[in-house]
Amino acid sequence: MPHDHHDHLSPSGHPYRADDDHPLTYWQQMEIAIRELLIEKGVTTAAEINAQIDAMDSRNPSHGAAVVARAWTDPAFHEALMTAASAASREMGFDIGPMRLIAVENTVDVHNVVVCTLCSCYPRNLLGLPPDWYKSRAYRSRTVKEPRKVLAEFGVTLPETTTVRVHDSTADMRYIVIPTRPSGTDGWTADALADLVTRDSMIGTGVAKSPKAA
Amino acid sequence: MAERQFMRVRPDMPPGHVRTPSYLRGKTGWVERTLGPFPNPEQLAYGNPADALPLMRVRFTMAEVWGADAPHPQDTVDAEIYAHWLELAEPPHAT
Repeated sequence: MPHDHHDHLSPSGHPYRADDDHPLTYWQQMEIAIRELLIEKGVTTAAEINAQIDAMDSRNPSHGAAVVARAWTDPAFHEALMTAASAASREMGFDIGPMRLIAVENTVDVHNVVVCTLCSCYPRNLLGLPPDWYKSRAYRSRTVKEPRKVLAEFGVTLPETTTVRVHDSTADMRYIVIPTRPSGTDGWTADALADLVTRDSMIGTGVAKSPKAA
Repeated sequence: MAERQFMRVRPDMPPGHVRTPSYLRGKTGWVERTLGPFPNPEQLAYGNPADALPLMRVRFTMAEVWGADAPHPQDTVDAEIYAHWLELAEPPHAT
């Protein structure tokens, strides 16, 4: 049993995570109090709150991947996406709510990467919840200052001839990177291409998978 | 606002909820595109009626933000800055 052996490794080789045996924080108490009051006063219901959590959990990077793959295969959609990304995503049938989206496209000459230095702004309605590292102080502070070092740590090493454009998501807009389409995929369907589009490639900290790796 | 117009971010450090990153205050970039109008978050954050403001996507070079000895001075940072934080400017010497 793992009791009191937090410094030991589990059978799968991971360290045990300490039990969270501490009182609720101020903000945890505040969240519970407000939620209970909203339900008690009939403003919302527990079922509505659960439905909203389910809706958020059901959003995931496959939605963004479908958008990218269609942009690779449908020139009219590509143009619509680069001009008005929110409307183009809605037209594909994704419920992106009030999110305002800008698509930025990688080319041989330009590599885009997205960060939110102020907090954790992220195109959740299209990519789901952000990874923990996206919210870390290290990623947020370093990406605007030394993006190439950060990218190299993600395994993306760019030639000197490529310009890096960092997008700091400071206000009302959210960003999706359209990675470059991998070579060797001529004639592929959008569905097949979507499998090559990773979450990180749409943040800009990765590139789309090559057909051999997929 | 014309695109490619150079703008300087006000160097102010006011208290309260502000969505202009401090590392860009006092820096000069050019307007990549104009968005909005969107309600001013500095009023919205306190539940006050909020003015509708243009929101500019401003592009800064690494040289402008971090100094001419930045390792890749021509790489860029784009950020969304509300219009009341921007003033007309000449191109910076660093670009």
